Amino acid sequence: AVSNGVSLSSPQNAVSSLGLRGIHKSSAAAAQMMVRDALNQAMDEELERDERVFLLGEEVAQYDGAYKVSRGLWKKYGDKRIMDTPITEMGFTGIAVGAAMAGLRPICEFMTFNFSMQAIDQVINSAAKTYYMSAGRQSVPIVFRGPNGASAGVGAQHSQCFAAWYASCPGLKVVSPWSAEDAKGLLKSAIRDDNPVVFLENELMYGVPFEMSEESQSKDFTIPIGKAKVERQGTHVTLATHSRYVSFCLDAAAVLAKEGIECEVINLRTIRPLDVECIETSVMKTNHLVTVEGGWPQFGVGAEICARIMEGPAFNYLDAPATRVTGVDIPMPYAKILEDNNVYVHPERWAHRVQSSRRLYSSVTPLGEFCACVCRSGCSRFTSSPSK
Amino acid sequence: MKNMLTTISNALCRITGRNVGAQTVSELLIDLSEYVNVTSLATPTLAQTLRQPPKPPPVGPRAPAAAQLVSAQTDRLDGPGTSVVVSRSFADFTSQATFDIKKCDVHRLEEAPPLKAELTRDQGLQYYRVMQTVRRMELKADQLYKQKIIRGFCHLYDGQEACAVGIEAAINPSDHLITAYRAHGYTYTRGIAVKEILAELTGRKGGVAKGKGGSMHMYAPHFYGGNGIVGAQVPLGAGIALACQYQGNNQVCVSLYGDGAANQGQLFEAFNMAALWKLPCVFVCENNKYGMGTSVERASASTDYYKRGDYIPGIRVDGMDVLCVREATRFAADHCRSGKGPIIMELQTYRYHGHSMSDPGVSYRTRDEIQEVRSKSDPITMLKERMLSNNMASVEEFKEIDVAIRKEVEEAAQFATSDPEPPLEELCNHLFSNDLPLEVRGTNPWVQLKSVS
Repeated sequence: AVSNGVSLSSPQNAVSSLGLRGIHKSSAAAAQMMVRDALNQAMDEELERDERVFLLGEEVAQYDGAYKVSRGLWKKYGDKRIMDTPITEMGFTGIAVGAAMAGLRPICEFMTFNFSMQAIDQVINSAAKTYYMSAGRQSVPIVFRGPNGASAGVGAQHSQCFAAWYASCPGLKVVSPWSAEDAKGLLKSAIRDDNPVVFLENELMYGVPFEMSEESQSKDFTIPIGKAKVERQGTHVTLATHSRYVSFCLDAAAVLAKEGIECEVINLRTIRPLDVECIETSVMKTNHLVTVEGGWPQFGVGAEICARIMEGPAFNYLDAPATRVTGVDIPMPYAKILEDNNVYVHPERWAHRVQSSRRLYSSVTPLGEFCACVCRSGCSRFTSSPSK
Repeated sequence: MKNMLTTISNALCRITGRNVGAQTVSELLIDLSEYVNVTSLATPTLAQTLRQPPKPPPVGPRAPAAAQLVSAQTDRLDGPGTSVVVSRSFADFTSQATFDIKKCDVHRLEEAPPLKAELTRDQGLQYYRVMQTVRRMELKADQLYKQKIIRGFCHLYDGQEACAVGIEAAINPSDHLITAYRAHGYTYTRGIAVKEILAELTGRKGGVAKGKGGSMHMYAPHFYGGNGIVGAQVPLGAGIALACQYQGNNQVCVSLYGDGAANQGQLFEAFNMAALWKLPCVFVCENNKYGMGTSVERASASTDYYKRGDYIPGIRVDGMDVLCVREATRFAADHCRSGKGPIIMELQTYRYHGHSMSDPGVSYRTRDEIQEVRSKSDPITMLKERMLSNNMASVEEFKEIDVAIRKEVEEAAQFATSDPEPPLEELCNHLFSNDLPLEVRGTNPWVQLKSVS
């Protein structure tokens, strides 16, 4: 969503929206809510609904959450339901999985998903595979949630995107919300799901306000896991993306629209299971595909989407090879100029540069130009299809 | 002695309708010889250790009247030279006895488990039956593995039976238990039939996990496997204990690991949180002296595993004595149930097989060592001899139990080798719980397989 016509992807606006605290007062028509408050509301409602649900993680209780996502919950529910853990990911993740096996429904928070790497054995081997290995005797109803991917200036060890790693594992569901409505509906679905769900949030989205529809304000509002949403209809190119990059794609679409190129922006919402049908339907309409993500290019979400499109009916509708826009294939640097800026790729072919994820948020125009190039070059390559 | 002979003689006379006549010891013996075989006892070998009482002489009642009485039992009368074999009725067995058990070393505990254990006849026979079943089941698995009917991993539990049986005897079925990969014994004690265990090992659809789990992934109500990653089960166990505490159901979780896993970092993370939150978790270290091929001295800077919990109290227990294990587990479970928090139990035990079927088990230890443990500390033999020397059961009874178990295991093996493998339709099932059916990609894009919950 673009609030007040201002691009959400520009740093100034992101900072100013981070400065906003508290829930926006709802207007008569619709309420506005920041992503962190939507997550808070989702957890609050589910904690109230089912007493087996509880939250554990570092600083979730008395500190009100490292990013204030769980603010107020400990005051309301107490020590039993909101548990502060020591800084021992492998241990407390194992404890959370064990509690899920024995009948509870834990929400296990990782301060960032970078730390989940220490506990990844418990997520994969103890949680994801158990229902299958036990032939259905032992289920593990657990949610692993926390901020994923790039932040601002946090350096290489704190900026990794784990979508591809978790999404490659059968037995897991991997969800990546974008808007506040996504966050609320998908988190409620994840908590109600009887299976292990990895819920990838984004720190820079926490403070971004979105309009909340009427139905999303209900206590039973859920969004089904495994279904993507077309955020913007278009006819010329499909942009398949998730999380924060939906904002960039929408901004790019706005810029391109002025040139007469209509982008269809698909908010994936769920990475595993991937809603391939939605992407296929779109590609069969637009004939061009660009995947946009923040993670590394190799073996990533975009790579999977491209492979699946090739294997399915939509391949025959492509007028150009599908393209991936990803983070640069390097550990995240610290210096702002490096973090933000570009790396030249085939400059003789493209008029602009393929951006790193950080660059995307400082200027959307190159992405727009890039998409336009995809359309134009695609059209010139396959003369059979008319240029649009 | 003479009174006893008189009583027996009179009883026999009454049964057979003869007049009571014999009065002296020798007359009584001669009378009795008409009914029973009077044999002389062989001189017991002097090389016996304290653990092994002399074996009773062979029994052979020949008089037809005596055949009406149930099993026979030896009874030593005078010195080592003579004995009379007397037929005993079922009701003549000792119904309960108290045994001295080895003292447990304790860490940070004011009290310790008791030094005496009571055992009833029924309990004794039950423990014997269960231990012997585990033993025979594991040996059958060994056989099937060598015939290549079982593949992959197979970690056998023979030698350690007293641990599984002793623990199960001290906890309730509503309590919880989780262990590592040497799990067949626990799968049985937690309620799964031998045939389902063996069929899981042979990968058939009648297996406890329908053939999809294998040796290390067997589950039962309140039994959470069977875990392949060394040490991962310990935080899981602490989490199960958390659920018990959360739900306020007064249940405990027994969370087992080996001497090899005892050095894992996640154990100490689990110990910390269990102690912090006073989780009702009994952490049990089954110290069988070798982590795969590495002896405890070569792996651990401190081999006092019962002390490794530091601020968590610990007990070191003789893991070859089922009664010792039972008493210690009872003590530990009471400790947890009373809200005092977790406790660690180190069971000193031994495995006869190697680490797994691919390990002969003799490159890092001597055959003499294995043989010594087998002859001096075998848990099944120990229990049997305790019961025999206290007239709690007869040799025949044990033989009958052995025969029945052998039959059960044989039939289970029959089932495990003849049951069909799981159908290919099962391949993708059980990915998700309570979900709508979904499609799963096969090995290539044109194969879409069906998956139901």
